[in-house]
Amino acid sequence: MTTVIDVQSITKQFKIHHERHQSLKERLLHPRSGATELFTALDDVTFTVADGETVAILGHNGSGKSTLLKCICGVLQPTTGEIRLRGNLAALLELGAGFQHELSGRDNVYLYGSILGFSRRNIDAIFDDIVDFSELEQFIDTQVKFYSSGMYVRLAFAVAVNVDPDILVVDEVLAVGDERFQAKCLDRISRFQQEGRTILLVTHSADTARAICDRAIVLESGQMIANGPVGDALRVFREHLLGEAAEHDGDAAHPGLSIDAVTTPDGSFDVRNGSSLHLDVDLSAEGAVSGNFVLEVFTRGGQLVSRSDARGAPVNLTPGRNRVGVDLANVPLLDGVYDVNVGVVDPHGNTVIAWREQAAAIQVIYDGREGGIVELSPSITLQG
Amino acid sequence: MVDAPARRGRRSLDHAPVRVMSARANLPTRLRDLVSRRELLSGLIKSDIKIKYKGSVLGLFWSMLAPAFTLGIYYLVFSVVLKNGIPNFVIYLFSGLIVWNLFMNAVSGATGVIVDRAGLVKKVSFPREILALSNVGAAVIYFLIQLVVLALLLAVFGHAPAWGFLWILPISFAALYLLTASVAIVMSAVTVYLRDVRHLMDVLLQLWFWLTPVVYSYEHSIAAALHHHGIAWIYFLNPVTLIVLTFQRIFYVNQTVFATSTVHSAISNTQVHTLLNVLPTWPMSTYFYLNAALLGIMAVVFLVAESIFGRLEGNFESEL
Repeated sequence: MTTVIDVQSITKQFKIHHERHQSLKERLLHPRSGATELFTALDDVTFTVADGETVAILGHNGSGKSTLLKCICGVLQPTTGEIRLRGNLAALLELGAGFQHELSGRDNVYLYGSILGFSRRNIDAIFDDIVDFSELEQFIDTQVKFYSSGMYVRLAFAVAVNVDPDILVVDEVLAVGDERFQAKCLDRISRFQQEGRTILLVTHSADTARAICDRAIVLESGQMIANGPVGDALRVFREHLLGEAAEHDGDAAHPGLSIDAVTTPDGSFDVRNGSSLHLDVDLSAEGAVSGNFVLEVFTRGGQLVSRSDARGAPVNLTPGRNRVGVDLANVPLLDGVYDVNVGVVDPHGNTVIAWREQAAAIQVIYDGREGGIVELSPSITLQG
Repeated sequence: MVDAPARRGRRSLDHAPVRVMSARANLPTRLRDLVSRRELLSGLIKSDIKIKYKGSVLGLFWSMLAPAFTLGIYYLVFSVVLKNGIPNFVIYLFSGLIVWNLFMNAVSGATGVIVDRAGLVKKVSFPREILALSNVGAAVIYFLIQLVVLALLLAVFGHAPAWGFLWILPISFAALYLLTASVAIVMSAVTVYLRDVRHLMDVLLQLWFWLTPVVYSYEHSIAAALHHHGIAWIYFLNPVTLIVLTFQRIFYVNQTVFATSTVHSAISNTQVHTLLNVLPTWPMSTYFYLNAALLGIMAVVFLVAESIFGRLEGNFESEL
């Protein structure tokens, strides 16, 4: 596999002006004043991405995700270190950043394309595809300032995904447009994957990462704290999220709670389709905790099968060791291995108090002939 | 998207060129990037012009109309009211004014361009000086239009240009382009850090205009006095001066003219002809050498401007 993105010990520091002297008078009056502080947004980050990989970058707000992406796209220059790129790159840092409101959609397609680094001839060849994808045939000669925000974003996305990039860099822009357009975007991204293109995706959403990424990188205060399979990275991400929350909220709100183990009475995680499964979840609490219990089941491919309704499962935990029993009456799943995540969330909001990613892996045995994830056993009769 | 056209096969990236992004790109890399994005430059120039005249009825015609008004006003003031006595003053004026208009339009447009397009600069990667250069490019287009108008003016007045000097024009124009581009690039970057520069530049450009022999003649100006003291070169510290003189030499031609003024006396009005120096009486070779030297200097200045921009560009993100 060829390495297409090679990030070598990137550090990016920003000067933070506490007192901004941007006018000439102020600069002259205060030549050296205005205390500046160095803020390290990225601290010695190194990783590579191979051709055809889809990699998620996870992190909280302010963890350096966007700075990293901007360095990769060339919007920012790293303070030290270097990034090597192979092939052309289309970045969706902000949809429609290059649009000129006074110009028509058509003109903007060409202008945006050329800003992204594609020639007029390239754009000519794919212009119809872009218009098709954006579904803006009627409005393509209208000035962009008359577009709705949805139309605006659709046009920008259509340009970026149709210009035939080798590497696509996406920054949390999938949450745009209506549901149908979102599905279309995801569809296009999976086609990109099939075509063996490289995708780098910044997201907050664990579901999105699990569903479409091969690998995830987790950033925390500018440092890379995980780089590996999505499941492992998500575990690190969630654990840090909890650690942070505990620091911020103070221990009054959430006394320490940890999920120690998930076991079954007979020690086997094999279950036959249609039969029941009992899981024992051992938790240790430092104080009394009341919260809601959540269970998530994923396929090995990262597809969410089910997330339980947290509000329906309040648990009051006493200090010390606790055991929560989870009963699945008849497992409708088809053949395969499923990952189970368990957690306890806050009764009011949905703040996570304790979480264990991939706490167990259950193996479902199925003898029937249905395909997919869930057994529906449709009964088919000829009517009339 | 069921029947979307089949995409062309993916090319292997094994041999694709590697782009390196590090703390500071060196000058050759910057220039190479700039050249490789010339299509973006032409796209931006087109959109600049389109936006400028969007919705106006006369459209691009304004790029002729506006200078024509300026021309008319200066003609009225200097030729009719102040009676400077330069014959065919309109042609004299216009041949210098088109040079000045190119410089001024480009520089005043480019000065705020990076601040104005912060959204783009902060989100999309491309050589940022292209934004400044697109203003220069648009000014060049207006310049070319005005050049056509000047040609028409020459035809109407039956005023032949100095055909033998015409070959110096490209050299002089290239020097003008590089000068304008350098000032535009540096000013666009400096404005990001010092927002006052924008307003300062408006004032400075006015001063600069009056330091340039556009509405008055070089020989008639303080230059004669400077020459007397052997320090005429001071005048040429303003690089626009030489370019304006060259354009005037080519299009206005006459170095010395007979100014006609009317002397009123009790008996009759007498026409008096006085010899007036308008342009320096240099031979063609002097014009060539001076312009060639200026072009060389401006090429170096352009490289310096590019590297200054490169240094300032690094912190745009945190200043915008």
